[in-house]
Amino acid sequence: MIARLLERNPRLSHWVYGFTPPERGTVELVHRRVYIVPARLGWYFGGTLVVLLVGSINYALSLGFALTFLLAGLGLAGMVHTARNLARIAVSAGRAEPVFAGESAQFRLYLDGRAAFDRPAILARHVASGSQLVVDIAPRSIAEVVLAVPAPRRGQLALGRVMLETRFPLGLFRAWSYIEPDVRCVVYPRPEHSPLPPSSGEAAAGALRTQTSGNDDFAGLRGYQRSDSPRHIAWKAVARSENMLTKQFTGEAAAELWLDERLLPAALGLEQRLSRLAGWVLAAEQAGAHYGLRLPALEIAPGRGDAHRAACLQTLALYALP
Amino acid sequence: MMHPLAPEERQAGGADLAWLIASLALVMAPHAMRAPWWLTLLTLCLYGWRMYFALNREPLPSRWLVLGVATVAMLGVWVEFRTLFGRQPGILLLMLFSGLKLLETRTHRDGAMAAFLGYFLVITNFLYTQTILTAAAMCAALFLLTATLVRFASPQRPARANLRTTALLLVHAAPAALALFLLFPRVQGPMWGLPQDAYTAMTGLSDTMSPGALSSLALSDSIAFRAEFNGPSPPQPARYWRGPVLWDFDGRTWSIGPSLLVDFVPPRGGGVSYRYEIVLEPHNRHWLFALETAARLPEQGARMSYDGQIVASSPVRTRMRYELVSVIAPEPQPNEAAGALRRALRLPEDFNPRARALAAQWRAGSDDDAEVVARALTFLRGGGYLYTLEPPLLGEHSVDEFLFSAKAGFCEHFASAFVFVMRAAGVPARVVTGYQGGELNPVDNIITVRQSDAHAWAEVLLPGRGWVRIDPTAAAVPGRLESGMARAVPQAEALPLLMRPQLEWLRGMRDRWEAVAHKWNVWVLGYNPERQRDLMSSFGMRDADWRSLTAMLFAFLGVMTLGLLAWSLKRLARPDPVQQAWRAFCHKLAVRGVERAPSEGPRDYAARAARALPTARRNILRIGALYIALRYGAQATQSAVTRLRKLVREF
Repeated sequence: MIARLLERNPRLSHWVYGFTPPERGTVELVHRRVYIVPARLGWYFGGTLVVLLVGSINYALSLGFALTFLLAGLGLAGMVHTARNLARIAVSAGRAEPVFAGESAQFRLYLDGRAAFDRPAILARHVASGSQLVVDIAPRSIAEVVLAVPAPRRGQLALGRVMLETRFPLGLFRAWSYIEPDVRCVVYPRPEHSPLPPSSGEAAAGALRTQTSGNDDFAGLRGYQRSDSPRHIAWKAVARSENMLTKQFTGEAAAELWLDERLLPAALGLEQRLSRLAGWVLAAEQAGAHYGLRLPALEIAPGRGDAHRAACLQTLALYALP
Repeated sequence: MMHPLAPEERQAGGADLAWLIASLALVMAPHAMRAPWWLTLLTLCLYGWRMYFALNREPLPSRWLVLGVATVAMLGVWVEFRTLFGRQPGILLLMLFSGLKLLETRTHRDGAMAAFLGYFLVITNFLYTQTILTAAAMCAALFLLTATLVRFASPQRPARANLRTTALLLVHAAPAALALFLLFPRVQGPMWGLPQDAYTAMTGLSDTMSPGALSSLALSDSIAFRAEFNGPSPPQPARYWRGPVLWDFDGRTWSIGPSLLVDFVPPRGGGVSYRYEIVLEPHNRHWLFALETAARLPEQGARMSYDGQIVASSPVRTRMRYELVSVIAPEPQPNEAAGALRRALRLPEDFNPRARALAAQWRAGSDDDAEVVARALTFLRGGGYLYTLEPPLLGEHSVDEFLFSAKAGFCEHFASAFVFVMRAAGVPARVVTGYQGGELNPVDNIITVRQSDAHAWAEVLLPGRGWVRIDPTAAAVPGRLESGMARAVPQAEALPLLMRPQLEWLRGMRDRWEAVAHKWNVWVLGYNPERQRDLMSSFGMRDADWRSLTAMLFAFLGVMTLGLLAWSLKRLARPDPVQQAWRAFCHKLAVRGVERAPSEGPRDYAARAARALPTARRNILRIGALYIALRYGAQATQSAVTRLRKLVREF
């Protein structure tokens, strides 16, 4: 009920959780943000204490009192230790590599212990998906957490709320804190495979060559450029010489391939079109073509290589989103 | 969905169980000494069985099998004790359940519950003994149980780290524990009825005395009470600790008979008065011991019976502390009711004809009662009587046999025979039991009175002088009073180990140990509602009731929790020592005019500083190199960190 109430009133939830999401940069879990309640085991422990106390009173056992009170003190110390295990951890988010819709986005969080002691058994759980991981943070070090979050749709996937929880050292208390780092993962449209369209550069020139002819014909080697696809690197030649070399194929320079949205059947919906286009981008890159992307009111000049491919896919991912 | 921190969803592994079993075994060890052997063996087998399952990763036995084992074992306990309730069988069943619980322990949650059971079993040990040794053993058990819990919260962590965490937790728990112990409002138990056998283990004087009663008690080294005097303590021969007074004789056994409580009348004065405090071990009887003759009663609702016994309002079942004033050898107090007189002369008809004849002979030859007493004492002194812990068995006419044929006995024989003869001669007399002497501990000047100091003597009523103490044992065996039982009894007889005179060094050690044990008894075990009030009033809080105690307690716990929180924050705020040293170094350089630019790395900065301050060049470069190695190198050794800090400090 409380959860639903907080869901409906963002301002209330911001006040309760002690922060306004999403948070940029490094987030420190100050004490204000660490919550602590007895775990179920803690209630049983409390019950044991009551039984011990009654026994001590009934039999007037001084050492029974001493034992009961030492255990009570232990519970109290355990509470402080549990809160401490989480307090002042600095959380920062790493880059999340783009994924295709339907895959899992791998979000990286870095938990900086910032303490001379270790912080064992800290659970990081992605609230929406339930993806979780337990890490130990060594003294003065940073632990990496990779949360796999399903990415069902194209666009930007925000990480959303993550809960950090611990029950160390006694398991009697459960301390937790919520964070919502400002980190997003670009989700490309789910690629759909279909035959590549004819090379539009040739179409413009009026020549009628086969669509992808010459792409596989090896023409020679040239110096490596950073934008070259790793698939085209001449690894065998690299192994022999000091320099990085890239294989060149005939017709690459000539074949300018336009991946034009208008070439797709008119009956397809937007998402399906984007999926087809994404499939084309992958196929064109694979084929080593020099390709450009054309969408309504948007055009990416022809190019090649991983950076170009990523730019095209990102454009498709974010196209026509609010 | 699986929650990896939820203990109910994590399976307990072999190492987890090894920890749990080790700590439970430590808790159970003292019980094993009291339990029937088969139960100990069965419990150990259950532990071993569980370990076998863990090591072979086999599924645990079915619930029915476990239930079967439980039923058979409970049957065994019933056969042994004829009941399942009561303290001893109850605890033995718990011991068994610790093994059965392990057979049901699958997850870390089950394991934690078993550890809680272990905590509970710790307290059952205190029902039997609360000595320092027990406390130390149980502290070890508590430590292991807690370490097991820590392990369950972080199973992959190395054991050493977990042990360190456990120690830290216990250190942090100590102040709260101390505050709770001192301030938690104490109630005097019990809150409900205790099992029948709750107090069977207590030893001490009984309300009857038959031949052999005291001599068997005298073989016990256990402590009856301790007394601490304000100022000098009375000499050993004068230390008669008065206990139950026995009036009625049936030919063999003396007993207390009905008793009457009267208003306390202090002795008239004269004599030497002593103020002292007694810490009485529980003996499950009403009477309290006091040096003869009590001049003021303890405050705790004690009354005086008409024969001079101090009686508490309830049986002494916990160690009790009371303050007294006594006067040794006060002026005589001649008054006695006629009913008491008749009672002090009553004897069974058909026993001990020879003793009666002797008494009649003394009576006839004496002018007054005092002369009869004197004759009797002379008779005992010259009779060649032997004082022994191993008196021969006596038949129907026990007094005759003792006086005329056996001529050997313990103090109860002397007292019984003397009082019998006095009554037969028409002198009112009664038997008084209690303790005589006690040992002065030179370490803390506390007199320890043991069961082996149990004694019986007589009182006769003399006209004009009231009740007069006569110790027939002292008359017959002169050494008894001055040097205690040890020297009075022949060497060959089996004395309690510590009473043997040869072992002086052992007694020295014991004296020291007992001084500690006494403090433990008074301050730890004897801490009760009364002591709590005393402590509060010594802090200036008169009439501290439970409300003010609770308020103080919560205030203290709050402060303590805040302190712990501050500690944890401080530990967090403390920067890395390497970084700290580097910052100090940068500051020192800045003071000398070489300030580090925000973007400047340590190597460049050190090089620039070395150029700017050529005199300190070598040290600057060394510090820079060391810092880089520590900060960015593969491993930082503690000695390198120390060296860096030293270099920076001296820079």
